[in-house]
Amino acid sequence: MAHAHAQAHAHAHAHGHKKRYTGVMDWITTVDHKKIGILYLFAGLLFFAIGGLEALFIRLQLAYPMNDVVSAQRFNELITMHGTTMLFLAALPILYGFFNFIIPLQIGARDVAFPFLNSLGFWTFFFGGVLLNIGFFTGDTLPDSGWTAYAPLATEYSAGRGMDMYSIGLQLSGIGTLLGGLNFVVTIVNMRAPGMTMMRMPLFCWTAFITSILIVFAFSALAVGLLMISFDRLFGGNFFNTAAGGNEILWQHIFWIFGHPEVYILVLPAFGILSEVIPTFSRKRLFGYTSMVFATSIIGFLGFMVWAHHMFTVGMGAVANTMFAVATMLIAVPTGIKIFNWIFTMWKGQIRFTAANLFAIGFIPSFTIGGVTGVMLAMAASDYVFHDTYFVVAHFHYVIVGGTVHGIFAALFYWFPKMFGRTLNETLGKITFWLLLIGFNLTFFIQHWLGVVGMPRRVYTYLDGQPGWNEMNLVSTIGALLMGVSVVILVINIVITLMKPKNATNDPWEDGRTMEWAIPSPPPEYNFKQTPLVRGLDAWWVEKRAGNKEMTPAEPVGPIHMPNGSILPFIMSIGLFIAGIGFMYDTLLMIVGGLGILVICMILRSLIDDPGYHIEPEEIEGKGVKA
Amino acid sequence: MSHAHAEGHTIDHLERATLEGKNKILGFWIFLGAEMVIFGTLFAAHIGLRGELNGGVSGSEIFSLPIVAIMTALLLTSSMTSVLAIQAMHRHELKGVALWLGITVLLALGFLGLEIYEFVHYVHEYHFNIQQSPFSTTFYVLVGCHGTHVAIGIVWISLLIGQLFKKGLTVVTAPKVYVASLYWHFIDVVWVFIFTVVYLMGKVG
Amino acid sequence: MVKRWMKRLVPLMAMMVLLLTGCNFELAGALAPKGPVAEQQLDLILWSLIVMIFVLLVVFVLFFTAVFRFRRRRGQDNEIPEQIEGNHKLEITWTIIPIFLLFIMAVPTVALTFNLEEEAQAVEGQRVIKVVGKQFWWEFTYPEEGIVTAQEVYIPVGEKVVFELSSADVIHSFWVPQLSGKKDANPGSKNINYLYLQADEPGVYKGKCTELCGQSHALMDFKLIALEKDEYDAWVADMLEAPVVTAETQVGADLFEQKCLVCHAIDPGMGSVGPNLNGFADRLYIGGFIDNTTENLVNWIKNPVEMKPGVTMPPFENELTTDEINEIVKYLQSLQ
Repeated sequence: MAHAHAQAHAHAHAHGHKKRYTGVMDWITTVDHKKIGILYLFAGLLFFAIGGLEALFIRLQLAYPMNDVVSAQRFNELITMHGTTMLFLAALPILYGFFNFIIPLQIGARDVAFPFLNSLGFWTFFFGGVLLNIGFFTGDTLPDSGWTAYAPLATEYSAGRGMDMYSIGLQLSGIGTLLGGLNFVVTIVNMRAPGMTMMRMPLFCWTAFITSILIVFAFSALAVGLLMISFDRLFGGNFFNTAAGGNEILWQHIFWIFGHPEVYILVLPAFGILSEVIPTFSRKRLFGYTSMVFATSIIGFLGFMVWAHHMFTVGMGAVANTMFAVATMLIAVPTGIKIFNWIFTMWKGQIRFTAANLFAIGFIPSFTIGGVTGVMLAMAASDYVFHDTYFVVAHFHYVIVGGTVHGIFAALFYWFPKMFGRTLNETLGKITFWLLLIGFNLTFFIQHWLGVVGMPRRVYTYLDGQPGWNEMNLVSTIGALLMGVSVVILVINIVITLMKPKNATNDPWEDGRTMEWAIPSPPPEYNFKQTPLVRGLDAWWVEKRAGNKEMTPAEPVGPIHMPNGSILPFIMSIGLFIAGIGFMYDTLLMIVGGLGILVICMILRSLIDDPGYHIEPEEIEGKGVKA
Repeated sequence: MSHAHAEGHTIDHLERATLEGKNKILGFWIFLGAEMVIFGTLFAAHIGLRGELNGGVSGSEIFSLPIVAIMTALLLTSSMTSVLAIQAMHRHELKGVALWLGITVLLALGFLGLEIYEFVHYVHEYHFNIQQSPFSTTFYVLVGCHGTHVAIGIVWISLLIGQLFKKGLTVVTAPKVYVASLYWHFIDVVWVFIFTVVYLMGKVG
Repeated sequence: MVKRWMKRLVPLMAMMVLLLTGCNFELAGALAPKGPVAEQQLDLILWSLIVMIFVLLVVFVLFFTAVFRFRRRRGQDNEIPEQIEGNHKLEITWTIIPIFLLFIMAVPTVALTFNLEEEAQAVEGQRVIKVVGKQFWWEFTYPEEGIVTAQEVYIPVGEKVVFELSSADVIHSFWVPQLSGKKDANPGSKNINYLYLQADEPGVYKGKCTELCGQSHALMDFKLIALEKDEYDAWVADMLEAPVVTAETQVGADLFEQKCLVCHAIDPGMGSVGPNLNGFADRLYIGGFIDNTTENLVNWIKNPVEMKPGVTMPPFENELTTDEINEIVKYLQSLQ
């Protein structure tokens, strides 16, 4: 190990030269995990705003019976884009932002395993997202067959280019996401600081680890499914063409083999965030750390075994239905373990109700409601009633908004000082929380009832004169508007905070437990002046209790090797983007050109070694940075 | 001391000498996991839909096992030559590595040529194109996906040979050679499944 | 019996929602079952609801106790709470109890799921109605009686009826909330489904498509009309009678033959591209959801897409004069 290190240094010294960009060029060439994390965060927030606006239009249309705010076609486009945008382009990228920024800091690494790939993953995701939304610019029909894109509605029966944008745009952004997942797995396995055993790893890293494994396997299934849709739509394939003998149910299986793990991909990181935020603000270590790790792993494993519970009404037969029903119900056990562990982390603690902690604590009751309706949906015979009604809409919004979004907001408030050196305004944060809590329950609680009395999901309107429908839908719309207001306040909060001077200390919450709080806010580009030595779970807490002001170093101060930035990932993604448009509009020139750009960049990347550069110890001291 | 190591004479596994190299190898294994899901899904689709002919031809009518057997032999041999390349790398014989990789590429080109001939033949003789039936669609997408992987492998390994001559066997190039050979084995394993599931079982009925 | 007091829970929940919405309220949909299938499903739902409310109570009580009792108080800044690693007894407790709760929910789930599946098998002598979902309407075929109709399906009260579900285009899903859960109507011959239900009271039951199927998915409604056995027989006989054209409706009949017959059959047992219009005068709704009045019918023929986006029927306002449309309407209204 040591000789390898020396060798790497020798090698880099020989060729090392420093390339630095500034401004926009800095952002599109960066391979720094922290900057890429910030890029993910803001790209995700941008798409979150777009998806949120789409949701508001959906609710406005449904505020009154037989309303005509949007047309039926436009409504189908809105629901499709809302679902797709929120899941693929908002929630997951925002979580990736935190993964990127926080994981290397929590495991004591200077970067992720593949900085170049990291940048490529981001840009591919981003341009995939743009491609998905390109109908807004070209005036084509947008994707309109629901985010689940059931064949043959999505293949033979969807006119226009909408579903091509869906299949190709998601293909691109999926590739980006997959690269990211792969990167995190390797980072967590190989890049941990000395002493950071797997069972000392912060739970956020554990959930990120399991999530990334799920991503690698789930998104590759999606990639094949989307490829099939593309073949059916663009090249006259027969995968789902029932007239020729294809099977439309095949798509549902493939989609949900991806789609169900996707649910856990979104919620496990939120579990991880809670497991960081609640202990910090309870001043207590996480209750039942080991069982939390095992519960996470079991959820990840079971997540792959239960996909067909989305398909109970498809007609798979009683044997398959009951097997998937029982397997699904089992997931409630590890999830329940987590809920109780969080409650008992707070038990006998000293809870501080910061905005971050409010979101984390607020997660527990909301998510529990989403969990129990999940169990009810898992019961196949009951699901025949609930399936594809507003009950389902209510359930998964309790899980996604009550779970993932609460987790994301908790993380945003919690790590904002670490990422940007400034703490978000607490008062505005608390207003955001209460508005969101009220708005979200107003919007979705009532939808359980709406579903059971007979309102199917994905309806662009409903007839007047059905008992209670008008009032319940109106209440739901009012709730949605409140949620909109809460997000606007959050955006204002972010903007005014970013305009303030940087003043956050290393450990702004004072009770930080993990290693990111041992270094400056925001951290220097090399993260740790000396790689830290980890001496227990909650490494920074351990050092603080031992009376130390910084982490115990595992190496002497020396030159730090850093990778150079590169424009190639950005150009490669543009190449893919061009090729994607070429496939969509059947333009051979664009396909060849786009793929050509990609291949040339790959060849360049392969031929030109990046020696990186070194930050010398004098430079670190000269900047006056104290580790 | 460190100098002697840097020369590389005492490093048994050059590809794992640096953290970057280790990362690359682990990352590649995970990538292969994803590839496994991709091919697994395509196989599932093919098995599910291969009986659907839509009035077109079936596998037993068109598959010519001699050609496929030759293709299999070529690809299996190429897998072996890539192992020999890795062994040469562990002995630090630059020329040996380049030679065996070169042979691997040639064998792969032979395979790809036969596959293209096969596809062209099907389309011309039987009008067996991608649009004919669910069987044809799954056949072309599955086998074509594998063929694309072979083509990518050919370009990749050829570039690697060039790099080896330019840079020599170093801690940077060694992991690349190693993962390329991993990739090649994977493609080979997939082909064994295609040979069995698509061709043999297709020929039988 | 448990069942009894479970049923009392429904009005209670209704009251809660009533308080929330402050409006006139009645139980509807799956909460007002009118047949054995829907009743069994509601029982299962209520059983799970009771268990789940118990779970919620436990979690909420613990949660709010923790949140209120263990707030950080003044002067605690320098004392550090005990760092508790975990507690095996507690952890085992909250693993075992949920497993038990799941078990008592899983058993009836498995039983009912198998039961519904078995009952839906179309055995010899069983009344089967074929349902074909089409964008955006439903075609119903009675193979034994030789009747094809659309949008409104008639069944006798108190008798088990099996529906054979398929689709002519995209996936639809067949749901009559008060009588049974739903099942998908899949295109292609491979994935035909069977669903059974029974209506215990005569009445008009709302039916819905619940799988997104295109623009007018929201309006793809149908009605299930349950009649006493003798009335049902009368309906069958009525449907089998050939339509009579009188002097008054002759013009309309001719126009219908020229313009409409291409897509709309009127013979009792004949399927067609568009809905079979036999017995149209007795239909409650046009297009499945619009009141069957003269004015609405005229407007529908003029421009159906305006009333139901995405339907395949073209607008006739430029092809036919208002007078001609009126004649066709007169004819349609004579189809008893």
